Parts: sequence; structure tokens; C-alpha cells
Amino acid sequence: MTQINSKIPEGPLAQKWTNYKDHQKLVNPANKRRLDIIVVGTGLAGASAAASLGELGFNVLNFCIQDSPRRAHSIAAQGGINAAKNYPNDGDSVYRLFYDTIKGGDYRAREANVYRLAEVSNSIIDQCVAQGVPFAREYGGLLDNRSFGGAQVSRTFYARGQTGQQLLLGAYSALSRAVHKKQVKLYTRREMLDLVLVDGRARGIIVRNLITGKIERYSAHAVVIATGGYGNTFFLSTNAMNSNGSAAWQCYKKGAYFANPAYAQIHPTCIPVHGEFQSKLTLMSESLRNDGRIWVPKKKEDAEAIRAGKLKPTQIKEEDRDYYLERRYPAFGNLVPRDVASRAAKERCDAGYGVGSTGLAVYLDFSDAINRLGKDVVEARYGNLFQMYEKIVDDNPYETPMMIYPAIHYTMGGIWVDYELMTNIPGLFAIGEANFSDHGANRLGASALMQGLADGYFVLPYTIQSYLADQIRVPRFSTDLPEFEAAEKDINDRKNKLMNINGKHSVDHFHKKLGHIMWDFVGMARDAEGLKKAIQDIQALKKEFWADVRIPGSDETVNVELEKALRLADFFEIGELMAHDALDREESCGGHFRTEYQTPEGEALRNDDQFSYVSCWAYQGEDKDPVMYKEPLEYEFVQRQTRNYKS
Amino acid sequence: MDKNINIKVKIWRQNGPKEKGRFETYELKNISQGSSFLEMLDILNEQLINEGQTPVVFDHDCREGICGMCSLYINGHPHGPDEDVTTCQLHMRRFNDGETITVEPWRSAGFPVIKDLMVDRTAFDKIIQAGGYVSVNTGGIPDANAIPIPKDKADMAMDAAACIGCGACVAACKNGSAMLFVSAKVSQLALLPQGKVEAARRAKAMVAKMDDLGFGNCTNTGACEVECPKNISISNIARLNREFLKAKFKD
Repeated sequence: MTQINSKIPEGPLAQKWTNYKDHQKLVNPANKRRLDIIVVGTGLAGASAAASLGELGFNVLNFCIQDSPRRAHSIAAQGGINAAKNYPNDGDSVYRLFYDTIKGGDYRAREANVYRLAEVSNSIIDQCVAQGVPFAREYGGLLDNRSFGGAQVSRTFYARGQTGQQLLLGAYSALSRAVHKKQVKLYTRREMLDLVLVDGRARGIIVRNLITGKIERYSAHAVVIATGGYGNTFFLSTNAMNSNGSAAWQCYKKGAYFANPAYAQIHPTCIPVHGEFQSKLTLMSESLRNDGRIWVPKKKEDAEAIRAGKLKPTQIKEEDRDYYLERRYPAFGNLVPRDVASRAAKERCDAGYGVGSTGLAVYLDFSDAINRLGKDVVEARYGNLFQMYEKIVDDNPYETPMMIYPAIHYTMGGIWVDYELMTNIPGLFAIGEANFSDHGANRLGASALMQGLADGYFVLPYTIQSYLADQIRVPRFSTDLPEFEAAEKDINDRKNKLMNINGKHSVDHFHKKLGHIMWDFVGMARDAEGLKKAIQDIQALKKEFWADVRIPGSDETVNVELEKALRLADFFEIGELMAHDALDREESCGGHFRTEYQTPEGEALRNDDQFSYVSCWAYQGEDKDPVMYKEPLEYEFVQRQTRNYKS
Repeated sequence: MDKNINIKVKIWRQNGPKEKGRFETYELKNISQGSSFLEMLDILNEQLINEGQTPVVFDHDCREGICGMCSLYINGHPHGPDEDVTTCQLHMRRFNDGETITVEPWRSAGFPVIKDLMVDRTAFDKIIQAGGYVSVNTGGIPDANAIPIPKDKADMAMDAAACIGCGACVAACKNGSAMLFVSAKVSQLALLPQGKVEAARRAKAMVAKMDDLGFGNCTNTGACEVECPKNISISNIARLNREFLKAKFKD
């Protein structure tokens, strides 16, 4: 039986990271220059890691699929970033941020990792301010905070409704400086298609140049994956159109464990689906739940009249509104964690109280906030979000409540990593959303930015040295090695196979079908029967895709359909693994809700005796069932409880 | 209320940077006005693929107006006829039944066409690399609240920092100038104490790189500000000019 070694340092929780840093191996400056590191991805994790590693003196090669590193999807994060600064003096601390994150993750994350995350959170804010990130400030000139779901303190720093943009541009500026100083070499419009192993270690990648179509080889002493999550398996999600899981999936196929694939986050506040042609879903920041109140009509006949267009929400009297989050969860109200808020919305809509033309929407109402604070204050806080909503829906949220519905947003699962953020393949690291490490079964709002930057600025630059310290005598690699040759041949075969199918349907045709299977059976509510059906349906659809997809044009130039086809081929397999994992986990926890396992009140029912582990899936070959290893989650410092947001 | 419309789209097709381009006109039926402009192009591409033709290449990614990847010159306007939105947030309710919509790539010496509607904007990255940052390494930083910043200054810096680097300002400018883009970054950092230290060096380096890359001069037509999807103000250009002159006087 394979033992999973997470390499958690000894000692009391609060001392582990300090102890680790005090005793870890380092690489001296002269040797750093001789070591090459590939970083794939330029989001918050990738850009911050590439810049920081470059500054330290390593020779960094940084890749992204967009035309510029600044376009990575971290840019779209709206609400904010958490840190345990306790500037508002409301009782926050490193321990409390750690505790809220562990609890928010429904006790399915590693204590030591999460504590470290909380510990470095404060340095992130310092770093970003020094870079010139224009965080919101009070009149006294000091930084402002707001509150977010799953917390009773205000610890979220923000830059209007575009915090992700400002943090990413901060990391991008650090990266640009490193490029200028020739510490990092940038490769844009390149998509990683394979990982190359030499003697069992990660030594390079194969990419497709998205402009010329040429396959290119790059070698290094270590490879860092920072390519985000796999939410686009669902076709419709809040992810960018080009976000994909392929880089992570190639690592899995080369032997890296894929951990907790079933843990996907469904965000409660997105603009509802409006038609078959829809290409993506737009998120409305969780910060809106600070001042917006969520409700549906109390009476079914009112809901029916609204759906038929005969009644307007503003005509529903106060006593006929059901503020169901405030009703069910008095202590946290509208600020319950995302998984709880999403399920509650689904419950009301399934019961027939949904609004909008489809009945798959609930109201997010700002009239109270506008009466209490004035329109100006609400506009200052959320103006850009309201404008975005109005442009998309053609409705004015200052006058009529917004309509929202849950959508796939973030994937907590990802490549398995140990405490050093290294996968089980020596020399292969994974950071940010691409790894599985810190959010357990559910991520709290404003924690993705925190984790991406923590990994990139303050964790990986230390821990990667522990591996590289043993590599200082290893000379640079030639990309003529047979391992590179073989990997490139595999890619070309795969590509040619796709180009030669000449079938009848576009890539999107199949992707939309996959999305429906995922949403219906592997979405917000799952059960054994549905998951088994999903696995069969996905396998059948995958066969159909490989027999009937049509990719026009040539592969020796820009070919967007080919790019999408290569990604979709992986999404089928990712979707299938998600279903396998969800089927195996016979409990409900965080974003993973099995309808067979719930309390009489409809809350998630965890089973700590049997399922307190990280599921680590290992690839066994084409058309073979994967094998699952378990990393037990031992809670030494926190007492596990049923999550309670009621009192 | 949104309804379905029939339209024609006249689109610039070009196989590569060195090849000759041409307009092609396509007909689209029953397009919901609730769909976005890019969803309309998705529908067109689906139609082209089904007919055995090659789909139109265009840049896009986040589809929520923040990544700056989408572009397109629509009916003579960068990002189309709606105000304060990027192309991905433009909706078909801005167009009428029976209308012919003309779609071109950004046209500027600084942004060569790669294919169809996709252009090369790496010049913007090069300008930022020349100096669009505060020179701090990771770590060893004072506490975030060590330097208070007046709220109005922080807000002005944020206004400038909202630039998404899409290049609409360059496309809108008859001189193909990148001044609005450059000035937004110079302003953001010059307004903050953290960025003041290097303000002179930054302004000179970024302007020199911009000139070097073939962008035109600013003649204050103000077209950039009008077309900017993020409302970046030309007062930033005035601030850049001030910073630049101050730097030159110091030399």
C-alpha cells in the first residue's frame, strides 16, 4: 500500500512554519543562477512565484496561454482578500482566520497548511501596498476592511469591486520588473500539453505555440504548475473561456495524484442562465451579501405570477417575502458560507418559489441598504457591480432587486501536494487553485486571492529550495533527450488524430452536452445513482467526441477549435474522475452534497469516522479505473464540530 | 423587452500578418437581443463550422469586462456603440433588426494583426517592463498601515489603476498614441507615496519605450477618453506630461 507522506513539520501548530524555515535547506546565490525553474501560469500564484523566484536569483521561464500575463483569470476576482491584521480591532487573529478557514472547509483541509496560510496572510497585504496596489482607505488614510461570508470579523481588504485585478496587476508589475532585469523569461500564447519526466523527476514541458502551431520543448530543474482550476468542465461557469484543467491533467497522467476532485464550489450569487446560446456565467461578488438581502416570495402563487410576468418584486409586501437565509441561519444570516447559501437557493427554487422567467433565480435586494445608507454609499461600495449587472440584464438594481442563482465558480480539489507544495513526482510543484491544499471541501470568500499569493510570494520560494538544494550538481538538460522526443511524438499523434476525425459537430456542441451531464448529476446535489449514470454518459459522450468532432483549418497556425478540442478531451476525463470521487465519498461535506447524507433539516451530514481523508487518485492508464489512496486527516489542534451558522 | 433579430455582420478576415485581408459578410438569423456580442460571434462560428468553413478568430477570455483580452472595432467604435463597456459586455439589444454590423480588428502600427480580428498587443507589456512598477522585492516590507495615504489620493490612484490594458485608446486615436495607457500607470504610481520615489525615472523610461515601439504622439483629441471602456480620464495624460517635464528639468 502506498503511503502518502505530507511532510508536516513537527511541533506545536503555531511553530511549525517557523521551525520549518529555521531548519530547511537553502541554495546559495551562486548556485541559484545555475538552476532553471519552469512556472506555468501567470495568475496570482504563477506571477508572484515567478517574480519572487527570479528576484532570488533562479533562472525562471514563465508560460501563459494569453497574449499577456496580466490577463490571467485571477484578474476577475471581485470582492477582496482576507488577512488577520485585526486593524478594525474586532477580535481577529491568526488563529481565528485559521479556525474560520478550517471550519469553512468543513474540516477537510490540513491543519498545518491552513495555519501557515493564516500566518503569512498579513505579509501579503504589506507586500501589495508596497507595490502600489490602491486598496480602499478610510479618511484617516489607513486601510479599510469589510466582512465576507463565514466570518464574524471584518478582515477583507479590497480595491472597489476589482480586488483581483489590482492584486494581479501588482504581481504582474513585479513580474514585469523581473523580466526587465532578465531574471524571468516570458513565453506568452503557449499552452502546456505535456509534462516531461527524466528518471522519475519533472524536467520539462511540451507546449504548443498558439500562434505558429509549432510544438516546442523546454527543460528545467523543476516545474511549477499554477494553471488554476477545472471549473470549466461544466461548460457554464464563472471561469474565463480559456481556463482549463489540461496542464494539471497531464501531470496526473504522468503519475501525480489528483486530490479531492469532487470538491467544486458553487457560488451563490451569479447572474442566472438566460438561454441556450449562453457562453459563460457572470459572478456578482459575495461582498454584495454585506448589504443585500436574499429572498423569494412566501406564497407560491406570488412566485408563479412573477414568473409569468404579471407581478413585479417591488409589489410583494414585506410580510410576503421569505428572507430564507435570515430565517434559517439567524447568526450569520445572508453571510453564510457559499455552499450553504447555494444549497438554500436551490432548495427554495426546487420547492417552487423561484423567480425569473425560468424559476431558477432568487432576489438579492438592496432597498433596505439604500434606505439605511443612501444611494450614494451603496453606489460607492458596489457601483461597478451594479453597472455590470445592468449592462448584462438590462435592469436597474437600484430600483428593482437583482436576480441571482448559483453557478460553478472554483475547484477546491486539484493536484495533490505535500507541505512543501511538491507533488508526489519529485521536482513537480503545484500552487494556487491548481493544488488542493488549503480550502478543504469549501473555500471561504476572499481566500483564493490569499492562497494564490501566499503560495507564490511566501511559501514556494522557501520550500522549493529544499528540493533544489540537492540539484545544484545537476547540469542543464538538453531537450534532445529521448524523453522529450517521446512526449512530443505523443502530442503530435493526439493532435493529428483530432484533426483527422472530420466529424459533424463542433467542439462546443460536445462541451455543452458534457456541461449538462455535470450540472445535472455532479453539481449541487449528488446521489449514487446519478453519479453512476454520469460516469456512463460521460464515457459515451467522450467516444462520440473522438468519432465525430470537426476541427476546421490547419494545425500550423492559430486554430482555436484545436485548442478547445485538446482541452475538452481532458475535461471528459476530469469530469469522470470528479464523479468517481463524489461516488466514493459517501458523506456530505462543504461543496460536496450527497442527498443520501443530510440531516432532517437538510444540512450536510459529515461522516468523520469513515471519510476524514484526502482522496488521492492515481492514473492507471487509458480506459482503466483509477486507484485511490487515502491521506488521513488528523485533527490535533481543532475539535471537529458540525458546522453551525444558526446560533 | 429583448426580441430576436436578423442581422448581417461584415467581418475583416486575414490569414496572417503578411497576408492581404478582406471583408466577408455573413447573415445571422434569430439572434436573441439578450445575447452578448461575443455570443453572437460564437453562433456565427458554430454556423461556419457546420458549413465546413473556418471560424473567425478573435481574442476574448473572461467575458466580464476585466481581463482586457477582447477588442474589436465595431461600427467605427472600439468595443462598439455602448458606453463604458468592453466588447464582451456589449449586448445585441444595442443593434436593430436588419442592421449590417461592421467588425474590424484594432488598427494601429503598434498592434499588428495576427489573424482575422486578433492583434498583437505585446507592446503594452514591453512598456510596463520598461518601468511600470515600484522596485520592491518580495519580503522585508513595512506594515501596510505604516504610511497613511489620503483617501482622495488613493481613490484617484484607483481610478487610474482601473485600466485593463485592452488598447482601445490606441485604436481610437488617429495618431495611434498610447498616451492614455502609459499615463494611467504613471499616474497611479505617482499619486502614491510608494511610487513617488521612482516617479521621474518611471515616466522617462515608459515614454521612451512607447516612442521606441512606434506609437504616435498625443495631439489632445480626447478620442481615447471617450472610447475607454473603463473611463480612464485624460487628466492622467496631463499628469504624465507634468511628471515627464519635471524629470527632464532634473536632468
